[in-house]
Amino acid sequence: MKQTFTFKRVGCIAASAVALAFAATSHAKVDGDTIILGAAISLTGKYSSNGVNAKNGYDLAVKRINEMGGVKVGGKSYKLSVVYYDDESTPARGAQLAERLIQQDGVKFMLGPYSSGLTKAIAPVTEKYKIPMVEAEGASRSLFTQGYRYMFAVLSTSEQYLGSAIDLKAEMFEKMGKKPSDVKVAMVFENDPFSLDVRAGCVEDIKRHGMKIVVDDKMPRDLNDISATLTKVKALKPDLLLISGHEKGATTATRQMKDMKVSAPMIGITHCESGKVVEQFGGAADGFLCPTQWDETLTYKGQYFGTAADYDKAAKAAYPQYKVVPYQMAQATAAVLVWKDAFERANDFDTEKLRDALAATDMETFYGKVKFSTAGNNVAKPMVLRQIQGGKYKVVAPTKWASAPLIYPRKAGN
Amino acid sequence: MLDNLSLLAQAPVLNIQLLLDGLFIGATFALAAYGLALVWGVMNVKNLCQGDMVILGGFITVTLAHNGIHPIFGLPVAIVALFVYGWIVYRLIICRVIERDLFTSLLATFGLAIVMAQSMNLIFGPEVTTADSGFETRTLFDGLVTVAEIKVVSLLLAATLATIVIVFMKRSRMGQAIRATAQDARAARVMGIDTDRVYQFTYALNAAICGAAGCLISMIWTIQPFFGITHSIRAFVIVTAAGFGNLFGVILAGFGLGFAEQYSGFVLGAQFQQATVVGLLVIVLVVRQIQQARHRRAVI
Repeated sequence: MKQTFTFKRVGCIAASAVALAFAATSHAKVDGDTIILGAAISLTGKYSSNGVNAKNGYDLAVKRINEMGGVKVGGKSYKLSVVYYDDESTPARGAQLAERLIQQDGVKFMLGPYSSGLTKAIAPVTEKYKIPMVEAEGASRSLFTQGYRYMFAVLSTSEQYLGSAIDLKAEMFEKMGKKPSDVKVAMVFENDPFSLDVRAGCVEDIKRHGMKIVVDDKMPRDLNDISATLTKVKALKPDLLLISGHEKGATTATRQMKDMKVSAPMIGITHCESGKVVEQFGGAADGFLCPTQWDETLTYKGQYFGTAADYDKAAKAAYPQYKVVPYQMAQATAAVLVWKDAFERANDFDTEKLRDALAATDMETFYGKVKFSTAGNNVAKPMVLRQIQGGKYKVVAPTKWASAPLIYPRKAGN
Repeated sequence: MLDNLSLLAQAPVLNIQLLLDGLFIGATFALAAYGLALVWGVMNVKNLCQGDMVILGGFITVTLAHNGIHPIFGLPVAIVALFVYGWIVYRLIICRVIERDLFTSLLATFGLAIVMAQSMNLIFGPEVTTADSGFETRTLFDGLVTVAEIKVVSLLLAATLATIVIVFMKRSRMGQAIRATAQDARAARVMGIDTDRVYQFTYALNAAICGAAGCLISMIWTIQPFFGITHSIRAFVIVTAAGFGNLFGVILAGFGLGFAEQYSGFVLGAQFQQATVVGLLVIVLVVRQIQQARHRRAVI
C-alpha cells in the first residue's frame, strides 16, 4: 500500500516536471500552429503614446494576417502572435526585456521597440544571440553604422527628416532670384540620439547649399521652455527655422512661438501629428512643414491592406480614437508584413535562413516599398513632407505625390 | 556665445524681453519654492515630490480647461484638490516618516514622486499639454518684445497668493502655531500646540501652493507627467540659496533663477539653461559651506 502511494507521488512529480517543461517552451519560437514574435514596447513612461501606436500597428497586422489565412511555412498554415513587455520607456529596461524574451521565453523572432534610443539598447542584445529583428520605430542614422547583421528597419532614416525642407527652401530662394547661400537657418534640436541625428542630416544639407546657421540650440530632455532661444530667433529673423524634439519639442515650440509671435518664412518641425499641434493650437500651427514616413493619400499598395487609404480606413475602424492615423502605427504594421513575407520565402524557422530572407526582402506594401540596404535600413521608400494648411495635413513634397501646392512664405492663422 | 552677447549689445531692447520672461517664470518658481521652504523649515521634510505636485495641479487645470472651464477658474479647484491630497498623503505616509532620520523622508517622498509621475501618466496620458487661456499677446518695441497677457495675469495671481499666505502666517492662529512649531517643536508642544495637526496643515498647505503654481505653469508653459523633477530641482535651488523662514529671500532667489535661466538660454544656448540651474546649486552649496565654516570658527 505504502509503495503504491510512493509510486503515485513519483508519477505526480514526473507529470508536473513534464508540465513545467511544456510551460517553459510554451512561448518558444513556434508553439503548435502559432508563430510567436516578441517585442519590448513603451506602454508606460514618456514614449507611451507612440509606444501604444506601435503596438496597435503590430496588433492590426497580426489580426489581418491571421484572418487572411495566416503564414504558410512548409505547406502548413501558422497563426501569428506577439508577446509584449512594457519597457517603461527606459533603454536599460528594454535591453533587460530583450534578454528575457530571448533567454527565458525562447522568442526567436523580434519586433522593434519605439524610439531610436530603445532600439539602440535592444539591438546589441538581438545581435549577441543572432536573433533577427524587424524594427519600425528607430530612425536614427547611427543605428545603421554599427554593422548590425540581424536588424532590419522598414522606415526612412533620420537624416532625411528635414532634408527636403532645406532643399525646398533653396528652391524657393532660387525662384525668387536669390542665392540659396544667403539663407539664414535657425535650428533648435533636442539633446537625444534621434534629434541629434536629424540635426546632423540638416547640417550636411545646409553645408551643401552653403547656407548660414545663425542659431544652433539644443534643448535638454526635461526642459519645457525655449523662450530665450525664440527671443534670439525673433532678433535674427532667420529664413528657415528647423525644430525637432519629439512631441515635447513640437508642443513647446508651437506654444511659445504663438505666445511670443515668433515666425519664419519657412518652418520645418518633426512630430507635429503626435505632438497634436493642430488640435492644441489651431491656426498657430498653420504653415508648418512636417516630415512624415507615410501619408494616407500616397499611392502605395500592397497585398494585405490594399492602398494607403484602405489602411487608413481599416485602422480607424479598429481604433476609432484616431482622427489622423499616426505613421508610427502604419510602419509597425509594415514590420509584421515584412516578417510574414520572410517566413514564407525562407519556408523555414531557422534564424539564419530567416535573416537571409529578410535581407533579400523586396516587396510592396501600403506603407511603401521595402528593400533593405546591407546596413539594414529601407532604401526604397522616400520621406514625405506635409504642410499644415487650414488645420489639414497636405503633402507638398516630393512633387510626385503632392496633394497641394506649398504655401510660401508661411502664413499663420488664428 | 560672443555673437549672442553682441546681439544683446546691438539690440538692448532684447534685455527687456529676457527680464520680463525671467520675472514671469521666476514668480511661479518662487511660489513652489516657498511651499518647499515651509515644509522643510517646519517639518524638516525635504519634499522630493514637490515638482510632481506642481504638475498634478497643472493637470487638474488642463482637464478642466478641456472640459470648457476657463483655466483661471482651475486655480481654486487645483488649490482645494491639492490641499485635500496633501492632507491624505500626510496621514498615509508623511506622519510615519517625520520623526525618522532625514534619509527615510527623502526616500519616502522620492518614491511618492515616482508613483505620482507614473499615475499621472496612466490617468492623463503622456502627451505634452497646455491650458489655453485664450488671452492675446501684446507687442512692444516694433514686435521685438512680446508680452503674453496670461503671463502678466499669472504674475499678479502669484503675487496675490503670496500676499495671502504671508498675511495668514502672520495673523492667523494656525499661522502663529506653524511659526512656533518651526522655531521649537518641543516648546510649542509644551505650550499646548498640537504639533501633529500643525504638520498636517503645513504639508497640505504646501501641496495647495504647489497646485496653484502648477495651474499657473500649465497656462504659461507646457506640462507632461514627467516634467516634475525639473520643478523640484528649481525649488531646491531656490530654497537652498534663500534659506527657509525667509520669504523675501525666496522671492528674490525665484526671480534671480528666472533671470539666470533666460540669460543662460540666450547667451550660452538652451542646452545650458538647466545646467545653469544645477551649476548655481553647486555654487550656492559651496558658498554656504564656507560661510558655515567661518561661523563655526567664530563660535569656537
